[in-house]
Amino acid sequence: MEIKAPTPQIPPPGWTEFKDLQEMEKYRQTRPEGDQHSALFESVTEGIQHFPGGFLVTTVADAFLNWARKSSVWPVTFGLACCAIEMMATFASRFDVERLGMVPWASPRHSDLMIVSGTVTIKMAPMLKRIYDQMPDPKWVVSMGSCANSGGPFRHGYHVVKGVDRVVPVDVYVPGCPPTPDSLMYGLLKLQEQVAQFQKTGERPAPAGPA
Amino acid sequence: MTALTGAAAASQIQERLGLTATVAGGEVGLTVPRERWVEAAAFVKDTLGCRYFNWLTAVDYKDQGLEVLVRLDDVEAVVGITLRTRLPPGAPRCPSLTGLFRGANWMERECYDMFGVTFDGHPDLRRILLGDDWEGYPLRKDYAVDTPHAPYR
Repeated sequence: MEIKAPTPQIPPPGWTEFKDLQEMEKYRQTRPEGDQHSALFESVTEGIQHFPGGFLVTTVADAFLNWARKSSVWPVTFGLACCAIEMMATFASRFDVERLGMVPWASPRHSDLMIVSGTVTIKMAPMLKRIYDQMPDPKWVVSMGSCANSGGPFRHGYHVVKGVDRVVPVDVYVPGCPPTPDSLMYGLLKLQEQVAQFQKTGERPAPAGPA
Repeated sequence: MTALTGAAAASQIQERLGLTATVAGGEVGLTVPRERWVEAAAFVKDTLGCRYFNWLTAVDYKDQGLEVLVRLDDVEAVVGITLRTRLPPGAPRCPSLTGLFRGANWMERECYDMFGVTFDGHPDLRRILLGDDWEGYPLRKDYAVDTPHAPYR
């Protein structure tokens, strides 16, 4: 009889240097070396604006790009608990979130959005964090349901993370236990507003709570 | 062979093991000293024919130590026998029933996971539900539920 020694898996080395995981995430999302693609894009638009009437082109292009980006937010297929059933209903034909341009995609590598649909246990949190880390920037998180928002009825249990915002930064909180598909769709529309605002200003808006 | 009844089971236990069982219809309760844990379970399984290992769990009585319970059923006769044994405080060790019931393996792992009962003779005693790096045993009464568990709370 041999009891296995504890194996620390995730968090990755270096997380202790930060106050918490959100600080680390903030550090990861600021790019001190500069974003080369954005710089190139900026220089091109700068050039266009020097022509007479060029601002019309850039404004229209901006609006078009914003529209395109906010209309193709692909959520990663990722269900944790009973909220996932409501999320599936939202994806399915009756509510059909696909008409908002959201295709549930079975790979984090192609996804822009993670819907945390359900209870996040302490054992599951590293896997959730790993999926989040696998998604390309810019990425968005919708916290769906009471459990993901705050721990919900399990807040004073021993095994549940008290809110998924202790693991990943959250953009929209959808209340409910579980939220109906209508609520989730409302949250996703709020998220689209946030995406558009982010594309316009480069600032990540504050999390949207219940209306 | 006639079907087992609760009273018959209690009288056989009294006769063969010398232990007094409580009977309420088909429900038989039997408190066993820790040294005779496997013996009593083997008797209930082989002689009385309660072959269905229903569940195994523990209760924390704080200063008076832990109590391990196992429920063995005779499904045809609808008789259930609950064996219980008290572990002294500070020494949560109990003999394993994995030699009798293969189904006891994971139940005892869960009991170890939640209560910290060490089952002597268990082939693979490690945590089953919680993470390998978990500290403490959460279903014990003295476990502080809001213990900070880095880095997620």
